[in-house]
Amino acid sequence: MCLAIPGKIVELSAGPEPWAIVDVVGLRRRVDISLVAEEGAGPGDWVLVHVGFAMSKISETAAIEQMQMLEMLGEAASALEEVQGYGRTEHQTDTHQADIHQADAWPAGPPDS
Amino acid sequence: MKFVDEFRDPELITRTAAEIRRLADPQRLYRLMEVCGGHTHAIYRFGLKDLLPENIELVHGPGCPVCVLPMGRIDDGLAIASDPNVIFTAFGDMMRVPGAHGSPLQHKARGVDIRIVYSPADALKMAQANPSRHVMFFAIGFETTAPSTALTLMRARALGLRNFSIFSNHVTIIPAMRAILDSPDMRIDAFIGPGHVSTVIGCRPYEWIAANEHKPVVVSGFEPLDILQSIVMILRQLNEGCAEVENQYRRVVPWEGNRAALKAIDEVFKLRSYFEWRGMGFISQSALAVRESYAEWDAEQIFPTSGLRVTDPKAAQCGEVLKGVLKPSQCKLFGKECTPEMPVGALMVSSEGACAACYTYERRRHYLVSAGA
Repeated sequence: MCLAIPGKIVELSAGPEPWAIVDVVGLRRRVDISLVAEEGAGPGDWVLVHVGFAMSKISETAAIEQMQMLEMLGEAASALEEVQGYGRTEHQTDTHQADIHQADAWPAGPPDS
Repeated sequence: MKFVDEFRDPELITRTAAEIRRLADPQRLYRLMEVCGGHTHAIYRFGLKDLLPENIELVHGPGCPVCVLPMGRIDDGLAIASDPNVIFTAFGDMMRVPGAHGSPLQHKARGVDIRIVYSPADALKMAQANPSRHVMFFAIGFETTAPSTALTLMRARALGLRNFSIFSNHVTIIPAMRAILDSPDMRIDAFIGPGHVSTVIGCRPYEWIAANEHKPVVVSGFEPLDILQSIVMILRQLNEGCAEVENQYRRVVPWEGNRAALKAIDEVFKLRSYFEWRGMGFISQSALAVRESYAEWDAEQIFPTSGLRVTDPKAAQCGEVLKGVLKPSQCKLFGKECTPEMPVGALMVSSEGACAACYTYERRRHYLVSAGA
Protein backbone atom coordinates (compact mmCIF):
# COMPACT_ATOMS: atom_id res chain seq x y z
CA MET A 1 0.00 0.00 0.00
CA CYS A 2 2.66 2.48 0.98
CA LEU A 3 4.92 1.49 -1.89
CA ALA A 4 7.27 4.29 -2.79
CA ILE A 5 8.76 3.63 -6.17
CA PRO A 6 11.88 5.41 -7.39
CA GLY A 7 11.84 6.84 -10.90
CA LYS A 8 13.82 9.29 -13.00
CA ILE A 9 12.17 12.30 -14.59
CA VAL A 10 12.85 12.20 -18.33
CA GLU A 11 10.54 14.89 -19.62
CA LEU A 12 8.40 17.65 -18.17
CA SER A 13 4.96 18.43 -19.54
CA ALA A 14 5.07 21.10 -22.21
CA GLY A 15 1.92 22.76 -20.94
CA PRO A 16 1.03 24.26 -17.58
CA GLU A 17 -0.08 20.92 -16.11
CA PRO A 18 2.24 19.69 -13.39
CA TRP A 19 3.17 16.28 -14.77
CA ALA A 20 6.27 14.60 -16.05
CA ILE A 21 7.25 11.42 -17.82
CA VAL A 22 9.03 9.30 -15.24
CA ASP A 23 11.14 6.26 -16.06
CA VAL A 24 10.98 3.31 -13.69
CA VAL A 25 13.42 0.64 -14.91
CA GLY A 26 12.40 1.22 -18.49
CA LEU A 27 8.68 1.71 -17.92
CA ARG A 28 7.69 5.27 -18.77
CA ARG A 29 4.58 6.69 -17.26
CA ARG A 30 2.96 10.05 -16.66
CA VAL A 31 3.38 11.10 -13.03
CA ASP A 32 1.97 14.13 -11.25
CA ILE A 33 4.80 16.29 -9.91
CA SER A 34 2.79 19.01 -8.10
CA LEU A 35 4.14 17.90 -4.74
CA VAL A 36 7.81 18.25 -5.73
CA ALA A 37 7.43 21.45 -7.77
CA GLU A 38 8.74 23.54 -4.86
CA GLU A 39 11.88 21.42 -4.82
CA GLY A 40 12.37 22.29 -8.47
CA ALA A 41 12.29 18.75 -9.83
CA GLY A 42 13.30 18.53 -13.47
CA PRO A 43 14.65 16.12 -16.09
CA GLY A 44 17.41 13.92 -14.70
CA ASP A 45 16.12 14.18 -11.13
CA TRP A 46 15.04 11.10 -9.19
CA VAL A 47 11.76 11.06 -7.33
CA LEU A 48 9.84 8.64 -5.14
CA VAL A 49 6.48 7.91 -6.70
CA HIS A 50 3.38 6.83 -4.77
CA VAL A 51 0.02 6.12 -6.46
CA GLY A 52 0.97 8.15 -9.51
CA PHE A 53 2.28 11.20 -7.64
CA ALA A 54 5.92 12.12 -7.01
CA MET A 55 6.26 12.50 -3.23
CA SER A 56 9.86 13.60 -2.80
CA LYS A 57 13.04 14.29 -4.67
CA ILE A 58 15.86 11.91 -3.76
CA SER A 59 19.46 11.28 -4.77
CA GLU A 60 20.37 8.70 -7.40
CA THR A 61 22.05 6.57 -4.75
CA ALA A 62 18.94 6.64 -2.56
CA ALA A 63 16.85 5.75 -5.62
CA ILE A 64 18.95 2.70 -6.44
CA GLU A 65 18.96 1.61 -2.81
CA GLN A 66 15.19 1.96 -2.75
CA MET A 67 14.86 -0.23 -5.86
CA GLN A 68 17.03 -2.90 -4.34
CA MET A 69 15.08 -2.69 -1.12
CA LEU A 70 11.81 -3.27 -3.01
CA GLU A 71 13.40 -6.27 -4.63
CA MET A 72 14.65 -7.60 -1.31
CA LEU A 73 11.16 -7.16 0.11
CA GLY A 74 9.70 -9.12 -2.78
CA GLU A 75 7.77 -6.00 -3.78
CA ALA A 76 9.56 -5.28 -7.07
CA ALA A 77 6.86 -7.01 -9.12
CA SER A 78 4.07 -5.15 -7.29
CA ALA A 79 5.92 -1.89 -7.81
CA LEU A 80 6.18 -2.53 -11.55
CA GLU A 81 2.58 -3.64 -11.67
CA GLU A 82 1.58 -0.38 -10.01
CA VAL A 83 3.65 1.70 -12.41
CA GLN A 84 2.45 -0.11 -15.49
CA GLY A 85 -1.09 0.38 -14.19
CA TYR A 86 -0.79 4.18 -14.19
CA GLY A 87 -2.98 5.65 -16.88
CA ARG A 88 -5.02 2.50 -17.20
CA THR A 89 -8.66 3.36 -16.90
CA GLU A 90 -10.41 0.41 -18.46
CA HIS A 91 -10.04 -3.33 -18.37
CA GLN A 92 -6.80 -3.54 -20.29
CA THR A 93 -5.03 -6.21 -18.35
CA ASP A 94 -3.60 -7.88 -21.42
CA THR A 95 -2.12 -5.00 -23.35
CA HIS A 96 0.57 -4.19 -20.80
CA GLN A 97 1.58 -7.69 -19.82
CA ALA A 98 4.72 -7.58 -21.96
CA ASP A 99 6.02 -4.69 -19.89
CA ILE A 100 6.43 -6.82 -16.80
CA HIS A 101 9.47 -8.46 -18.35
CA GLN A 102 11.17 -5.13 -17.88
CA ALA A 103 11.71 -6.41 -14.34
CA ASP A 104 14.85 -8.06 -15.70
CA ALA A 105 16.26 -4.60 -16.17
CA TRP A 106 16.28 -4.03 -12.40
CA PRO A 107 19.73 -2.61 -11.63
CA ALA A 108 22.26 -4.85 -9.97
CA GLY A 109 24.01 -2.45 -7.63
CA PRO A 110 24.61 1.16 -6.68
CA PRO A 111 26.58 3.11 -9.30
CA ASP A 112 29.68 3.55 -7.20
CA SER A 113 29.91 0.37 -5.17
CA MET B 1 21.51 -15.09 11.31
CA LYS B 2 20.68 -17.07 8.24
CA PHE B 3 19.65 -14.17 6.05
CA VAL B 4 22.45 -11.73 6.86
CA ASP B 5 24.59 -12.69 3.87
CA GLU B 6 21.82 -11.61 1.51
CA PHE B 7 21.82 -8.02 2.79
CA ARG B 8 23.84 -5.21 1.37
CA ASP B 9 26.87 -4.66 3.59
CA PRO B 10 26.44 -7.73 5.79
CA GLU B 11 29.42 -6.75 7.89
CA LEU B 12 27.80 -3.47 8.89
CA ILE B 13 24.59 -5.36 9.71
CA THR B 14 26.53 -7.74 11.95
CA ARG B 15 28.28 -4.84 13.67
CA THR B 16 25.00 -2.98 14.20
CA ALA B 17 23.37 -6.10 15.62
CA ALA B 18 26.33 -6.50 17.98
CA GLU B 19 25.91 -2.88 19.06
CA ILE B 20 22.25 -3.57 19.82
CA ARG B 21 23.22 -6.54 22.00
CA ARG B 22 25.80 -4.41 23.75
CA LEU B 23 23.31 -1.61 24.43
CA ALA B 24 20.42 -3.80 25.57
CA ASP B 25 20.38 -4.01 29.34
CA PRO B 26 19.66 -7.68 30.15
CA GLN B 27 17.73 -6.60 33.26
CA ARG B 28 15.25 -4.73 31.15
CA LEU B 29 12.49 -5.54 28.67
CA TYR B 30 12.28 -3.21 25.68
CA ARG B 31 8.99 -2.99 23.84
CA LEU B 32 9.40 -1.03 20.60
CA MET B 33 6.47 -0.45 18.30
CA GLU B 34 7.04 -0.18 14.57
CA VAL B 35 4.10 1.97 13.58
CA CYS B 36 4.21 1.38 9.84
CA GLY B 37 3.04 -1.76 8.09
CA GLY B 38 5.94 -1.44 5.65
CA HIS B 39 8.30 -1.89 8.59
CA THR B 40 6.31 -4.88 9.85
CA HIS B 41 6.67 -6.48 6.42
CA ALA B 42 10.42 -5.79 6.35
CA ILE B 43 10.96 -7.11 9.89
CA TYR B 44 9.32 -10.44 9.03
CA ARG B 45 10.75 -10.66 5.54
CA PHE B 46 14.31 -10.17 6.74
CA GLY B 47 13.90 -12.16 9.94
CA LEU B 48 15.23 -9.22 11.93
CA LYS B 49 13.93 -10.62 15.20
CA ASP B 50 16.66 -13.27 14.97
CA LEU B 51 19.26 -10.53 15.14
CA LEU B 52 17.84 -9.01 18.32
CA PRO B 53 18.30 -10.13 21.90
CA GLU B 54 15.22 -11.71 23.46
CA ASN B 55 14.49 -8.77 25.70
CA ILE B 56 13.82 -6.51 22.70
CA GLU B 57 10.27 -7.07 21.58
CA LEU B 58 8.94 -5.54 18.38
CA VAL B 59 5.25 -4.74 18.64
CA HIS B 60 3.42 -4.31 15.34
CA GLY B 61 1.56 -1.05 15.05
CA PRO B 62 -1.60 0.14 13.30
CA GLY B 63 0.08 1.56 10.18
CA CYS B 64 -1.58 -0.62 7.57
CA PRO B 65 -4.48 1.28 6.00
CA VAL B 66 -6.57 -1.69 4.88
CA CYS B 67 -6.03 -3.42 8.22
CA VAL B 68 -7.50 -0.65 10.34
CA LEU B 69 -10.50 0.02 8.11
CA PRO B 70 -13.65 -1.15 9.92
CA MET B 71 -15.95 -3.50 8.08
CA GLY B 72 -18.86 -1.07 8.14
CA ARG B 73 -16.98 1.34 5.88
CA ILE B 74 -16.38 -1.36 3.29
CA ASP B 75 -20.05 -2.28 3.41
CA ASP B 76 -21.05 1.38 2.98
CA GLY B 77 -18.75 1.69 -0.02
CA LEU B 78 -20.10 -1.49 -1.55
CA ALA B 79 -23.67 -0.34 -0.94
CA ILE B 80 -22.93 2.70 -3.11
CA ALA B 81 -21.39 0.39 -5.71
CA SER B 82 -24.65 -1.53 -5.96
CA ASP B 83 -26.15 1.45 -7.81
CA PRO B 84 -25.85 0.30 -11.44
CA ASN B 85 -24.85 3.78 -12.52
CA VAL B 86 -21.83 3.75 -10.24
CA ILE B 87 -18.34 2.53 -11.10
CA PHE B 88 -16.55 1.68 -7.85
CA THR B 89 -12.79 2.17 -8.05
CA ALA B 90 -10.15 1.30 -5.47
CA PHE B 91 -6.53 0.26 -5.12
CA GLY B 92 -5.81 -3.43 -5.58
CA ASP B 93 -5.10 -3.80 -1.83
CA MET B 94 -8.76 -3.23 -1.08
CA MET B 95 -10.10 -5.94 -3.35
CA ARG B 96 -9.87 -8.89 -1.00
CA VAL B 97 -10.71 -7.10 2.23
CA PRO B 98 -13.80 -8.83 3.59
CA GLY B 99 -16.98 -6.88 4.21
CA ALA B 100 -19.99 -8.35 6.00
CA HIS B 101 -21.35 -9.62 2.66
CA GLY B 102 -18.08 -10.35 0.93
CA SER B 103 -15.09 -8.47 -0.40
CA PRO B 104 -15.08 -6.01 -3.31
CA LEU B 105 -13.67 -8.84 -5.43
CA GLN B 106 -16.59 -11.11 -4.54
CA HIS B 107 -19.01 -8.29 -5.36
CA LYS B 108 -17.26 -7.87 -8.70
CA ALA B 109 -17.80 -11.56 -9.37
CA ARG B 110 -21.51 -10.98 -8.71
CA GLY B 111 -21.55 -8.39 -11.48
CA VAL B 112 -21.03 -5.17 -9.57
CA ASP B 113 -18.90 -2.72 -11.59
CA ILE B 114 -15.75 -2.65 -9.46
CA ARG B 115 -12.41 -1.73 -10.98
CA ILE B 116 -8.85 -1.52 -9.74
CA VAL B 117 -6.96 1.71 -10.25
CA TYR B 118 -3.34 2.38 -9.37
CA SER B 119 -3.78 6.10 -8.93
CA PRO B 120 -6.75 8.29 -7.95
CA ALA B 121 -5.88 10.35 -11.03
CA ASP B 122 -6.89 7.36 -13.15
CA ALA B 123 -10.28 7.16 -11.43
CA LEU B 124 -10.75 10.77 -12.45
CA LYS B 125 -9.81 9.97 -16.05
CA MET B 126 -12.29 7.12 -15.98
CA ALA B 127 -15.01 9.63 -15.01
CA GLN B 128 -14.04 11.82 -17.96
CA ALA B 129 -14.21 8.82 -20.29
CA ASN B 130 -17.60 7.67 -18.93
CA PRO B 131 -19.70 10.84 -18.69
CA SER B 132 -22.96 8.93 -18.30
CA ARG B 133 -21.71 6.98 -15.28
CA HIS B 134 -20.66 8.08 -11.79
CA VAL B 135 -17.11 7.07 -10.82
CA MET B 136 -16.49 6.78 -7.11
CA PHE B 137 -12.97 6.34 -5.74
CA PHE B 138 -12.84 4.45 -2.45
CA ALA B 139 -9.97 6.33 -0.85
CA ILE B 140 -7.81 4.75 1.81
CA GLY B 141 -4.43 5.54 3.28
CA PHE B 142 -2.52 7.60 5.76
CA GLU B 143 -0.93 10.98 5.12
CA THR B 144 1.25 9.38 2.44
CA THR B 145 -1.76 8.85 0.18
CA ALA B 146 -4.14 11.64 1.24
CA PRO B 147 -2.35 14.38 -0.76
CA SER B 148 -2.85 12.43 -4.00
CA THR B 149 -6.57 12.10 -3.33
CA ALA B 150 -6.73 15.79 -2.41
CA LEU B 151 -5.00 16.90 -5.61
CA THR B 152 -7.33 14.68 -7.63
CA LEU B 153 -10.38 16.28 -6.04
CA MET B 154 -8.94 19.75 -6.66
CA ARG B 155 -8.55 18.78 -10.29
CA ALA B 156 -12.12 17.44 -10.47
CA ARG B 157 -13.38 20.77 -9.21
CA ALA B 158 -11.16 22.74 -11.60
CA LEU B 159 -12.51 20.64 -14.48
CA GLY B 160 -16.09 21.03 -13.26
CA LEU B 161 -16.40 17.26 -13.42
CA ARG B 162 -19.71 16.27 -11.84
CA ASN B 163 -19.70 12.50 -12.22
CA PHE B 164 -16.78 11.85 -9.88
CA SER B 165 -16.58 11.50 -6.11
CA ILE B 166 -14.44 10.02 -3.39
CA PHE B 167 -15.44 8.00 -0.36
CA SER B 168 -12.82 9.11 2.14
CA ASN B 169 -11.37 6.65 4.60
CA HIS B 170 -8.16 8.57 5.00
CA VAL B 171 -6.73 8.33 8.48
CA THR B 172 -4.03 10.18 10.37
CA ILE B 173 -1.24 8.46 12.26
CA ILE B 174 -0.66 10.73 15.25
CA PRO B 175 -4.06 10.22 16.96
CA ALA B 176 -3.60 6.45 16.57
CA MET B 177 -0.24 6.67 18.31
CA ARG B 178 -1.88 8.72 21.05
CA ALA B 179 -4.62 6.10 21.42
CA ILE B 180 -1.99 3.39 21.77
CA LEU B 181 -0.21 5.35 24.48
CA ASP B 182 -3.52 5.95 26.27
CA SER B 183 -4.58 2.33 26.11
CA PRO B 184 -4.32 0.67 29.52
CA ASP B 185 -3.15 -2.69 28.18
CA MET B 186 -0.25 -1.23 26.22
CA ARG B 187 3.22 -0.56 27.44
CA ILE B 188 5.46 0.78 24.71
CA ASP B 189 8.93 2.14 25.42
CA ALA B 190 9.57 3.79 22.08
CA PHE B 191 8.37 4.07 18.49
CA ILE B 192 10.08 3.23 15.23
CA GLY B 193 8.41 6.06 13.32
CA PRO B 194 6.85 5.59 9.87
CA GLY B 195 9.04 6.44 6.88
CA HIS B 196 6.80 7.51 4.04
CA VAL B 197 4.08 9.11 6.16
CA SER B 198 6.87 11.31 7.49
CA THR B 199 7.87 12.48 4.01
CA VAL B 200 4.53 14.31 4.15
CA ILE B 201 4.09 15.28 7.82
CA GLY B 202 7.80 15.61 8.67
CA CYS B 203 9.16 14.89 12.14
CA ARG B 204 7.66 17.72 14.18
CA PRO B 205 4.27 16.07 14.79
CA TYR B 206 6.02 13.41 16.88
CA GLU B 207 7.58 15.93 19.22
CA TRP B 208 4.71 15.80 21.70
CA ILE B 209 5.30 12.06 22.17
CA ALA B 210 8.88 12.72 23.14
CA ALA B 211 8.10 15.81 25.21
CA ASN B 212 4.89 14.77 26.98
CA GLU B 213 5.00 10.99 26.99
CA HIS B 214 8.79 10.68 27.29
CA LYS B 215 8.96 8.08 24.55
CA PRO B 216 11.70 8.21 21.91
CA VAL B 217 10.55 8.29 18.27
CA VAL B 218 13.02 7.44 15.51
CA VAL B 219 11.72 7.88 11.96
CA SER B 220 13.19 4.96 10.06
CA GLY B 221 13.91 3.71 6.56
CA PHE B 222 12.88 0.24 5.43
CA GLU B 223 16.12 -1.60 4.83
CA PRO B 224 17.38 -4.08 7.42
CA LEU B 225 20.23 -1.74 8.27
CA ASP B 226 17.85 1.22 8.61
CA ILE B 227 15.67 -0.61 11.09
CA LEU B 228 18.63 -1.92 13.10
CA GLN B 229 20.22 1.54 13.19
CA SER B 230 16.91 2.99 14.38
CA ILE B 231 16.87 0.43 17.19
CA VAL B 232 20.41 1.47 18.18
CA MET B 233 19.30 5.12 18.27
CA ILE B 234 16.30 4.19 20.41
CA LEU B 235 18.35 2.10 22.85
CA ARG B 236 20.87 4.91 23.27
CA GLN B 237 18.06 7.29 24.15
CA LEU B 238 16.42 4.85 26.55
CA ASN B 239 19.71 4.05 28.27
CA GLU B 240 20.45 7.74 28.70
CA GLY B 241 16.95 8.32 30.00
CA CYS B 242 16.10 10.84 27.30
CA ALA B 243 13.26 11.00 24.80
CA GLU B 244 13.71 12.80 21.50
CA VAL B 245 12.54 12.65 17.93
CA GLU B 246 15.33 11.56 15.61
CA ASN B 247 15.35 11.07 11.86
CA GLN B 248 17.24 8.00 10.69
CA TYR B 249 15.67 8.24 7.19
CA ARG B 250 17.15 11.64 6.35
CA ARG B 251 17.93 10.61 2.79
CA VAL B 252 14.19 10.66 2.08
CA VAL B 253 12.39 12.42 4.97
CA PRO B 254 12.79 16.18 5.41
CA TRP B 255 12.32 17.34 9.01
CA GLU B 256 9.58 19.78 7.96
CA GLY B 257 7.73 17.35 5.69
CA ASN B 258 6.25 18.32 2.34
CA ARG B 259 4.50 21.68 2.50
CA ALA B 260 2.71 21.32 -0.83
CA ALA B 261 1.28 17.98 0.28
CA LEU B 262 0.10 19.33 3.63
CA LYS B 263 -1.47 22.31 1.86
CA ALA B 264 -3.39 20.02 -0.49
CA ILE B 265 -4.68 17.94 2.43
CA ASP B 266 -5.78 21.07 4.24
CA GLU B 267 -7.50 22.47 1.14
CA VAL B 268 -9.73 19.43 0.63
CA PHE B 269 -10.04 17.67 3.98
CA LYS B 270 -11.07 18.45 7.51
CA LEU B 271 -10.64 16.30 10.60
CA ARG B 272 -13.60 14.12 11.55
CA SER B 273 -14.56 14.47 15.20
CA TYR B 274 -14.11 10.72 15.49
CA PHE B 275 -13.59 7.64 13.32
CA GLU B 276 -13.70 3.95 14.02
CA TRP B 277 -10.46 1.97 13.69
CA ARG B 278 -10.70 -1.75 13.40
CA GLY B 279 -9.73 -3.28 16.70
CA MET B 280 -9.03 0.05 18.33
CA GLY B 281 -12.52 1.49 18.53
CA PHE B 282 -13.39 5.13 18.00
CA ILE B 283 -10.46 7.54 18.01
CA SER B 284 -11.17 11.23 18.11
CA GLN B 285 -9.89 13.46 15.30
CA SER B 286 -8.19 10.54 13.62
CA ALA B 287 -9.56 10.66 10.09
CA LEU B 288 -10.20 13.01 7.21
CA ALA B 289 -13.58 13.97 5.78
CA VAL B 290 -14.11 16.04 2.65
CA ARG B 291 -14.67 19.73 3.37
CA GLU B 292 -18.00 21.45 2.61
CA SER B 293 -16.35 23.36 -0.22
CA TYR B 294 -15.86 20.00 -2.00
CA ALA B 295 -19.21 18.51 -0.95
CA GLU B 296 -20.23 17.95 -4.58
CA TRP B 297 -17.40 15.42 -4.89
CA ASP B 298 -17.98 13.75 -1.52
CA ALA B 299 -19.60 10.32 -1.96
CA GLU B 300 -20.76 10.35 1.66
CA GLN B 301 -22.85 13.43 0.96
CA ILE B 302 -24.04 12.38 -2.48
CA PHE B 303 -25.13 8.86 -1.61
CA PRO B 304 -27.02 7.97 1.54
CA THR B 305 -25.20 5.22 3.45
CA SER B 306 -26.27 3.39 6.54
CA GLY B 307 -23.11 4.18 8.49
CA LEU B 308 -23.78 0.96 10.39
CA ARG B 309 -21.13 -0.39 12.69
CA VAL B 310 -20.41 -3.99 11.79
CA THR B 311 -18.66 -6.15 14.33
CA ASP B 312 -15.78 -8.33 13.26
CA PRO B 313 -16.20 -12.11 13.15
CA LYS B 314 -16.28 -13.16 16.78
CA ALA B 315 -13.48 -15.69 16.71
CA ALA B 316 -11.04 -13.35 14.95
CA GLN B 317 -8.79 -11.41 17.32
CA CYS B 318 -7.69 -8.72 14.87
CA GLY B 319 -8.14 -6.02 17.50
CA GLU B 320 -5.78 -7.59 19.99
CA VAL B 321 -3.20 -8.24 17.27
CA LEU B 322 -3.53 -4.67 15.96
CA LYS B 323 -2.88 -3.27 19.40
CA GLY B 324 0.06 -5.59 19.88
CA VAL B 325 -1.60 -7.38 22.81
CA LEU B 326 -1.51 -10.69 20.93
CA LYS B 327 1.06 -11.90 18.45
CA PRO B 328 -0.46 -12.90 15.09
CA SER B 329 0.16 -16.60 15.69
CA GLN B 330 -1.68 -16.40 19.02
CA CYS B 331 -5.00 -15.68 17.29
CA LYS B 332 -7.26 -18.73 17.28
CA LEU B 333 -7.92 -18.48 13.54
CA PHE B 334 -4.32 -17.82 12.45
CA GLY B 335 -3.25 -20.17 9.67
CA LYS B 336 -6.42 -22.24 10.07
CA GLU B 337 -9.66 -20.49 9.09
CA CYS B 338 -7.73 -17.31 8.28
CA THR B 339 -4.99 -17.40 5.63
CA PRO B 340 -3.83 -14.93 2.95
CA GLU B 341 -5.81 -16.97 0.38
CA MET B 342 -9.04 -16.86 2.43
CA PRO B 343 -8.66 -13.98 4.87
CA VAL B 344 -11.18 -13.56 7.68
CA GLY B 345 -9.55 -10.43 9.05
CA ALA B 346 -7.93 -7.58 7.15
CA LEU B 347 -4.54 -8.15 8.80
CA MET B 348 -4.26 -11.26 6.67
CA VAL B 349 -4.96 -9.41 3.40
CA SER B 350 -2.23 -6.86 2.89
CA SER B 351 1.47 -7.73 2.75
CA GLU B 352 1.83 -4.97 5.33
CA GLY B 353 -0.61 -6.66 7.70
CA ALA B 354 1.11 -8.29 10.66
CA CYS B 355 -0.75 -11.60 10.15
CA ALA B 356 0.02 -11.92 6.43
CA ALA B 357 3.69 -11.05 7.03
CA CYS B 358 3.92 -13.50 9.90
CA TYR B 359 2.14 -16.23 7.91
CA THR B 360 4.25 -15.76 4.79
CA TYR B 361 7.67 -15.60 6.41
CA GLU B 362 7.55 -17.16 9.88
CA ARG B 363 5.80 -20.31 8.73
CA ARG B 364 8.25 -20.74 5.89
CA ARG B 365 11.13 -20.28 8.29
CA HIS B 366 9.68 -22.80 10.70
CA TYR B 367 9.37 -25.22 7.81
CA LEU B 368 12.98 -24.60 6.76
CA VAL B 369 14.19 -25.04 10.33
CA SER B 370 12.24 -28.21 10.88
CA ALA B 371 13.43 -29.54 7.52
CA GLY B 372 17.00 -28.87 8.63
CA ALA B 373 17.60 -26.36 5.85
